[in-house]
Amino acid sequence: MQGMALTPAAPERARLSQRLARRGFDVTTLLLLPALLFVMALFVYPAIYGLWLSLHPMNGGGALANYINFFSDAYKYDTIFTTLKLAIPVTLVNLLISVPIALRVRHMRYQRILTTILIIPVTLGTVLTAQGMLNYLGPLGWFNRVLMLLGIIHEPVRLVHDFTGVFLSQIVGGFPFCFMLVLSYVTGIDPSLESAAAMLGAGPFARFRHIILPLLGAGLAITFCLAFVQAFAVFPSAVLLGAPSGPTRVIAIAAFHAAYEEYDYSMGSAVAIIMGAVQIIVVMLVMKASSLLYRGPVAGGKG
Amino acid sequence: MTISAKNFRELRLEGMRRDFGGMNALKDISLTVRRGEFIALLGPSGCGKSTALNCLAGLLPLTGGSIWLDETRIDHLKPEERGFGMVFQNYALFPHMSLRKNIGFGLRMQKLPREVIDAKVEEALALVRLTKQADKLPGQISGGQQQRVAIARAIVVEPPLVLMDEPLSNLDAKLRLEMRAEIRRIHNMIGCSTIYVTHDQDEALSLADRIVVLREGEMRQVGTPHELYARPAHADVAEFMGYRNILKAQAQSHDGARLRMRVGGAEIAGCAIEATPGRDVIAAMRPEDLTPSDSGPIAASVVSAEYRGRDFYGLARTPEGLELWFRSDIAVRPGEALRLGAPAERVLVYAGGAA
Amino acid sequence: MTFNNEMGARLWRLAIWVFIGFFIINLVGIIAAVVVDSFGTSWFNSWLPGGFTTSWYSQAWSSFQLGGVLLVTFEVAGAVLLGSALLGVPAAYALARRDFPGKRFVMLIFVLPLIIPPFTYGIPLASVLYKFGLGGTLTGVILANLMPSVPFVIFILVPFIEQIDPRVEAAARVFGAGTGALLRTVMVPLLVPGILAALLLVLVRTIGMFELTFLTAGPGSQTLVVELYYSVFAAGMRANQSIDAMAVIYMATSLICLVIALRFVDPTQIVGRAKRTAH
Repeated sequence: MQGMALTPAAPERARLSQRLARRGFDVTTLLLLPALLFVMALFVYPAIYGLWLSLHPMNGGGALANYINFFSDAYKYDTIFTTLKLAIPVTLVNLLISVPIALRVRHMRYQRILTTILIIPVTLGTVLTAQGMLNYLGPLGWFNRVLMLLGIIHEPVRLVHDFTGVFLSQIVGGFPFCFMLVLSYVTGIDPSLESAAAMLGAGPFARFRHIILPLLGAGLAITFCLAFVQAFAVFPSAVLLGAPSGPTRVIAIAAFHAAYEEYDYSMGSAVAIIMGAVQIIVVMLVMKASSLLYRGPVAGGKG
Repeated sequence: MTISAKNFRELRLEGMRRDFGGMNALKDISLTVRRGEFIALLGPSGCGKSTALNCLAGLLPLTGGSIWLDETRIDHLKPEERGFGMVFQNYALFPHMSLRKNIGFGLRMQKLPREVIDAKVEEALALVRLTKQADKLPGQISGGQQQRVAIARAIVVEPPLVLMDEPLSNLDAKLRLEMRAEIRRIHNMIGCSTIYVTHDQDEALSLADRIVVLREGEMRQVGTPHELYARPAHADVAEFMGYRNILKAQAQSHDGARLRMRVGGAEIAGCAIEATPGRDVIAAMRPEDLTPSDSGPIAASVVSAEYRGRDFYGLARTPEGLELWFRSDIAVRPGEALRLGAPAERVLVYAGGAA
Repeated sequence: MTFNNEMGARLWRLAIWVFIGFFIINLVGIIAAVVVDSFGTSWFNSWLPGGFTTSWYSQAWSSFQLGGVLLVTFEVAGAVLLGSALLGVPAAYALARRDFPGKRFVMLIFVLPLIIPPFTYGIPLASVLYKFGLGGTLTGVILANLMPSVPFVIFILVPFIEQIDPRVEAAARVFGAGTGALLRTVMVPLLVPGILAALLLVLVRTIGMFELTFLTAGPGSQTLVVELYYSVFAAGMRANQSIDAMAVIYMATSLICLVIALRFVDPTQIVGRAKRTAH
């Protein structure tokens, strides 16, 4: 009797699983679910919750009160420009020095040693770099001493607790990141393309201008975006090496201040969302500009 | 306006060497290439033929010797200063430029007026029959078409010399035959000299005016296709040129270049290609020349046979265990006993010892 | 003309090497300044400290309660390793082997936490954790650190699994391996190098992950790098040498992990892979 009852259902179920399998869903696909649910719960949900929270100000005053507050207080909205003034030059400098060095290093035999050395500041992180730079670049540190010994300066220059310190720390931490991304894009370009251009009479500069640069364009745009968003979210070095109440009061400090010092999570989330929005706007502008560039394979045909 | 190679008389390589990491990648290559000549550099992989081509192109520096274009020494010039054309094995088409832009690249580098560039590119496109695809990107066309673009790009600058690095190795068999004819047609039309690197002796035989056989960085033989086919100068060249039966033999008697020798249990006649001072010699025979006949001196039994349309190709073994590749007009079966023989002038004899 | 070109090329090359050299010298200087100071007795207005001692280490160890902090750090790192392996490996396998509608969207969700800097999403994440009573606890710190690690493992492993020919699995099935035998005899041996590489990098990242831990940790759930931040932030409360001693301990911990990781993976490859997936 039971068998009789189940028989009609069985083919139905088989058909459903077959239909799903035809679209690519089967048991193997389900392996994805735990990770997806986890990221949904701890990334997508917090993002939505943060947005909701920011629209429910702690002190009342309408859904947009936090945003109105932020954009009507120069001390707060200036952090956007302070951060941009730091992040854009840092990213450009890192990118501009990465390109020639990556082009030079790509054929080098000891490439791996260099990348290993350069990965060290990334690993040590900004906090340790900041403490090291406080010692090293401080008025009594080795850097000022060497400059004075060489007679370049006569009294120590102020490099820490200022814009310069944060800027330099962003280069120490950001250049290796940029360099390795650019290096991986550069090594992806088929070297025979350059040989081919040389055989057709193109000198080093023409090869760079007509072959390397166009093929690298999209990669450079992506590198710029990735490096920019990191630089825009600078926090520890802006606090430790900079002047967190003055010239390096970056937007992350404003967000942290609201959430952890004024215990206003609603305002903190609003600032975090403004921070994300500025990042997205810059990234979209760069990607829009780079969509005019060639994007496609960077190898020279088959083989 | 027609595309035609710049005028020059000859390209001379004098003792061209390249040592790399304590190894001689190239040893004393000397060769004179006349205008309009088609030279094939033939050899197995790792023989130095691509190194030789890259040295000529200027992509690798020489470590000795010199290269001359008529009276001008060019081996110290950078690749972009030599003005040669080159077709790369993977074509190396610029993926971000249309076919038209790819072909015109060299002309733009020469800063020619736009009308001249346009006219020449148009002509080159017509020459390789790609006018309709001119505005596509290289990624959008087939391998054979990419190949033709690579050739057009190399010849449109009217180079005295075109270098080709195994240009057909990425194509399928049918396309390879078509492109062979195409390359020769374009070469004749332009009047340039071509140096063509390949490991395929059929390709070299059918395309080249002269073939240079390289082995371990050394020139083993230079000659016309016929010379190489009929009379390879060394046993290793013979083996490479399709002399599949390379047998150890003992010389019995000499009569000028003719000699009789023992191979296994049989006595056969052959002609010496190089001096054979000792008794130990090497006999080389093409399978095509070794056929069954009642008077054949070598007794053997068939191991396997393969039908090839017009005739049979087979492998036979002598009682002493020698294995011989042969051709037969009539059907042979495994296990069948037969007698094999080759005309004395088609049995080439080399000094023994090595093989 | 040729001479000028040659000169220019040489100068260019020289400039590049000078920059690399300058960068590395300063990097070494920054690190050495910390190390030297941590062993110095007193250092003021001279090239080197007046004398050398190891006493700052014992002082740092006791005054910062580093034993407990290290324990927390490794508890967090261990839990993150385990969690990211359990969640990341199966997901990477599914993404490498199956195509399904919405795959691009799933990939986007996984790539965002890697691209967006932690400080941007850290505050909303922390507010959610506090809402569920996990803020400031060890579990909260572990969950926060696990969040970017899971996609990180996925993006390292997907190309790794893709390059294993699926026909190998098919062949094992054809020769009679069941799912258990397939995993045991074929997949695990093939995947172990990739999983190991990914997890070592997760370890390095977790030890160095400042922002998320900083935003979610409370007293008793702070890792070494957050402790270091607070002590640098409150510089002047304790001797600078003592802070440097802690910095050296942190540096040694993460460099040891980095050295082990680099024995198994090439950083350019990893960045290269991450970049390709970021397209």
